[in-house]
Amino acid sequence: MKQNWFYRKSSIKKLYISALIILGVVIFVEYFIVLHPHFNIEKIFGFHAVFGFLSCVGLIIFAKLLGFLVKRKDDYYDM
Amino acid sequence: MTCSLFHPGLLLIFSGLLIPFIHGFKRTLFILIIPCLSLLSVWSMPFGSDCSIQYLDYELILINLDSLSRLFITVFAITVFTAGLFCCKQASSTELSAAYVYAGGAMSVVLAGDLISLFIFWELMALASTLVIWSAQNEKSYKAGMRYISIHLLGGVILMCGIASYVYETNSIAFTHMQLNSISTWLILCGFLLNAGAPPLTAWLADAYPEASYSGMVFLSAFTTKTAVYVLLRGFPGTELLIYIGLFMIFYGIIYALLENDIRRILAYSIINQVGFMICGIGIGTEMALNGTAAHAFTHIIYKALLLMSAGSVLYMTGKRKCTELGGLVKSMPLTAICGIVGALAISSFPLTSGFISKSMITQASIDEHVLWVWLLLQAASAGVFLHAGIKFPWFVFFQKDSGLRPTDPPINMKISMVFFAVICILIGIFPNILYNILPYNVNYQPYTVAHTITQLQLLLFSGLAFFIMLPLMKRTLTISLDFDWFYRHLAPILTQIVVNFLLNAQQLVNRFLISLKSSLSFDDKLDYQLSIGKSVGLIIFFFSILLLCFVVL
Repeated sequence: MKQNWFYRKSSIKKLYISALIILGVVIFVEYFIVLHPHFNIEKIFGFHAVFGFLSCVGLIIFAKLLGFLVKRKDDYYDM
Repeated sequence: MTCSLFHPGLLLIFSGLLIPFIHGFKRTLFILIIPCLSLLSVWSMPFGSDCSIQYLDYELILINLDSLSRLFITVFAITVFTAGLFCCKQASSTELSAAYVYAGGAMSVVLAGDLISLFIFWELMALASTLVIWSAQNEKSYKAGMRYISIHLLGGVILMCGIASYVYETNSIAFTHMQLNSISTWLILCGFLLNAGAPPLTAWLADAYPEASYSGMVFLSAFTTKTAVYVLLRGFPGTELLIYIGLFMIFYGIIYALLENDIRRILAYSIINQVGFMICGIGIGTEMALNGTAAHAFTHIIYKALLLMSAGSVLYMTGKRKCTELGGLVKSMPLTAICGIVGALAISSFPLTSGFISKSMITQASIDEHVLWVWLLLQAASAGVFLHAGIKFPWFVFFQKDSGLRPTDPPINMKISMVFFAVICILIGIFPNILYNILPYNVNYQPYTVAHTITQLQLLLFSGLAFFIMLPLMKRTLTISLDFDWFYRHLAPILTQIVVNFLLNAQQLVNRFLISLKSSLSFDDKLDYQLSIGKSVGLIIFFFSILLLCFVVL
């Protein structure tokens, strides 16, 4: 059976490259526009990108750690 | 009784009761026309109070219409119509009937001008929504429904206590802005918050909703939490405590959704997360924040229903709802995947979707108030929403590994309703004034500035990067996560067992004592008879004294 476009090796590579280009563009476009920062902290270059990335990493790690405490087999309540 | 106008909520309630008697094509036609009539009637009404009924010494006002209540009725009616279309062919009459009564109850709460009629319809919603859960007709949904109704009846009792003492204190049953200065308003606030899914009793939502049928959850997601948001908007705007409660709910929703394996439970946790944004907006309490909250409730109901219809279609076609069992469905269910992705982008407030133009107002309100830490937390949460709902849901269902499942897209009525809501999500995103014009306050806000669009894209796209970099840490496991419901699902049964065992042992001890007493005395029929009476009397006295003891201790 013909493989779906999303699962072909060549298209996965294309997806990766275009994703990286988009990420680059949304950061470096900051050179060309005025951002009107409301808080001082926003004046750091690429603040929103870094903040978004780091808060997600933080959330995932926190969830992973909490998982050790609260995760149970999914038939926990059926026993 | 004076009622010159057609009551949109009562219309839905009564027609809900008629649904079981209508069959086939007529039923489909009926359930589609009724919400349209509700919508028509609410838009043809003038603002103000109407429909008053004399009850005891009080005058109940069933209709109190202003732009805020009209906004909520509008979105409720649209949702009933679309969810009705989604399940008109397949769902049982019991479920549809319960769902219509439930939706009608929600509309009546929104229109209620006094606390007594508000309470009556509030409880009607609790009962009808339990019937929606039970309509799935399996043991799991039965048990989940029992837990759901217990929690909501508890909330009802708290609300009733609050309302009774509030009426006693103020001598007025009018539902207006309240101050948190007496125990009665605190109780009312607690009753409202319980329905919003606020801590500590957050677990009922993710416990009960996913056990409803594929279509039942679409109805459930729209009404209970959003009427709670509505009454909080009316009763407690600008209450600072709500900011903290909202922020807790936002992060609770994200963290638990990240841990979850069941796709419908992921979406249930994200309801709590989104309602958290609204509660936070109510806490900030400026006109911008309240407008943002109302707008967010409107857009949220639509994109959440869209996400649940997408997940419901997957469940309907495959019978599966766990990330570990699904994957790769984009090939065979392209339309469901596209609609799911539109919903996922809208919930993450991606530019050009409805979530962007509504959530931005709440974050803007935190900027206007110069509260940096609230703004930072809201931004981190926006990134987190993209993580848990925006990417996680579509990725694990429609992409990731190939699960080998090859279901087709669902029947035509389900497809139409999904496409309809997907179009609304994008339409509101592109033309925000459609929504801004019907908000309670004048809107002086432009979401599409270059700066705002770019910063939002930075935030979201780099959260996406974080997801794919951390993907190994996100591997799904066949697990559930313990929550507050552990106390009443696990601890309480164990404690009951211990008490019952203790009582049984005590009874055996008494029996043994009586038998030894009998054998130590000489045999006599008369004595035997007296002892058997003595035994039962003794038992009664024994249990009675334990009851008394419990009573004294409590």
